Amino acid sequence: MDTDLGYWIIPLAILGGAIRVSTPFLFVSLGEALTERSGRINLGLEGTLVFGAMSGYGLAYLTGSPWLGVAAAACCGAMFGLLHGIICSLPKVNDIAVGIAMMILGMGLAFYFGKPFVQPVAPDLPAISFGWWSDVPQIKAALEVNVLFLLGAGLAVALWWMFRATKIGLIIRVVGDSTDAARAMGLRPVLIRSCATAVGGAFAGVGGAYLSLYYPGSWNEGISSGQGLMAVALVIFARWNPLACFGAALLFGGAGALGPTLQSVGITQGYYLFFAAPYVLTLGVLIATSSPTRAMTGAPGELSITK
Amino acid sequence: MSATDASSHSTVAPSRFGWGHVARRAEAVVLPLGALLVGFGVFAVFLLLQGKSPADFFALVYRGAFGSAFSWQNTLSRAAPLLLAALCVALPARLGLVVIGGEGAIVLGGVGAGAIGVLLSGVPPALALPVMASVAMGIGALWIGAVGALRHVRGVNETIASLLMAYIAIALMNHLVEGPLRDPASLNKPSTAPLEDALRVGNIPGWDVHWGLGFGVLCCVLAWVLIDKTTWGFAARIAGGNMRAAQVQGLPVGWLIIGFTALGGAVAGLAGFFEVTAVHGSANASLAGGYGFTGILIAFLARHNPLAIIPVALLLAGFEASSGLVQRRMDLPDATVLVLQGFVFMAILISDTLFGRFKIFAPERWRTG
Repeated sequence: MDTDLGYWIIPLAILGGAIRVSTPFLFVSLGEALTERSGRINLGLEGTLVFGAMSGYGLAYLTGSPWLGVAAAACCGAMFGLLHGIICSLPKVNDIAVGIAMMILGMGLAFYFGKPFVQPVAPDLPAISFGWWSDVPQIKAALEVNVLFLLGAGLAVALWWMFRATKIGLIIRVVGDSTDAARAMGLRPVLIRSCATAVGGAFAGVGGAYLSLYYPGSWNEGISSGQGLMAVALVIFARWNPLACFGAALLFGGAGALGPTLQSVGITQGYYLFFAAPYVLTLGVLIATSSPTRAMTGAPGELSITK
Repeated sequence: MSATDASSHSTVAPSRFGWGHVARRAEAVVLPLGALLVGFGVFAVFLLLQGKSPADFFALVYRGAFGSAFSWQNTLSRAAPLLLAALCVALPARLGLVVIGGEGAIVLGGVGAGAIGVLLSGVPPALALPVMASVAMGIGALWIGAVGALRHVRGVNETIASLLMAYIAIALMNHLVEGPLRDPASLNKPSTAPLEDALRVGNIPGWDVHWGLGFGVLCCVLAWVLIDKTTWGFAARIAGGNMRAAQVQGLPVGWLIIGFTALGGAVAGLAGFFEVTAVHGSANASLAGGYGFTGILIAFLARHNPLAIIPVALLLAGFEASSGLVQRRMDLPDATVLVLQGFVFMAILISDTLFGRFKIFAPERWRTG
């Protein structure tokens, strides 16, 4: 079949790869967008992602239900987020540094407790095939879409609508833009930020569960290669807009699929350079979207990286 | 940090000696030490919950890290790259920048030193080694200096950029070591061609530890002199305290940022040079051994004070040196050290909130009821 499609297989595989690879980016970036809209930055989502992958895989293996695994990952993610939120509520504590520490702690705990789960095989999350109309196996494979991807897309729309049209969205935006204004309105910024960070952590945990329960679909210590961190940069690129996060996640997923795709068609020259594509893309996007005056349109006013 | 020293109060005359001075200085020692102990305490509870004995753990760590001449040697040779990696975090931190990508400079510095070393075989070591070290430092300086430049010119967040650069550096190293620079003889572990014996850095006479340790300590002392005793360091501390004020004062903030990040990168590149010339003998994937990441924790524990980095690096090197023994004897996973580091890191950051809370450290408040 490869010969029939020729090099058309590359864009096709990248599209399929984009859908497969983008899901963790999508969940982490939505979580981070929610957290950052409330005025905090959580760099620890990389650790949350890895711990979510471990706990999701572990529980799915022990109970036989991948959905219980996803729920466990979300709960663990929420706990990590809450911890970050509470610690950052103390005066004089730097949220970026706490994020780095949470990254180390999350990965350490995940590797520590995840050791027994490296060998066993846990059940995978189900996927829906949208390629029924085609006979070409590559197209079928590319359009095999996981339920979590659809859930993430729905979540992006829901968050976008929440920020735009609901009271909760408005409250989060006020807290993120000005602590003083929020206090004047009788809101409790510390509480709201901690809650937003916790929910954001839960999203990141679900993203981790996707990694271990669907693609690549196993648990090991190298499961995440900086997706949690790239998603933080992706949020800046997406200008804190959940719908733009969805598009950016697809773009980053495509870049991440580049290396494996080229390898699958036999181009191994410079494999490791293609492997670096997502990082280079992230850095390029970060450079292009940052501003020397540090004023970014759409940035929450209380965010430490833009202040 | 430095800003509080400057604001002397009227009730007590600021003196360089006497209890008031000691008390002010003590805060920066006592609080991190307390946080370290709290971190150990949380870890001890963690072990107890697993049914493991914390007493056994710390006894084994002591034995594996500082118990014998051999374990001291192991600890000290691990401390060498950690000292340099921690400086890569601490130097930019004095300007208020959180740079966490030192691993990238270590990796690429090592590859640069290894590649140049192969070209320089036959050249007298007295000439070749300084060239190799300069190449490693130059590459490191460019790599991390670029992060500083991006921060200043484009306002790119240096924390995210430096970590992305570290991932890119590791991918670049894999590409070079498996491709253009690969020694065909290295089958299982792709490496650059081995350095000839004359270009291997040896041990400090009578110490059984390679020269990286000596240079690491020297760099820490020099960095302390730079920060505490020179006008550049003074300017950097002002800029770190208040960037806007420094700009208004006409300080060359951009050059300070680029200079301090580049200097940090150069030092991390030197760590890569010593890893290749003194430990591995060629550049390969072992360069990405996580020293850059442990260095972050060390710098924060030392509160970015270059002299304090020396004992802290020794302590953390001890934990890494003993991890093999601890794992075997107590049947713990190798991530145990990472968990301990995580707890200690959290404790040290939480302790930031306690600065200025205790009257005992503030002589000017001793007399008020």
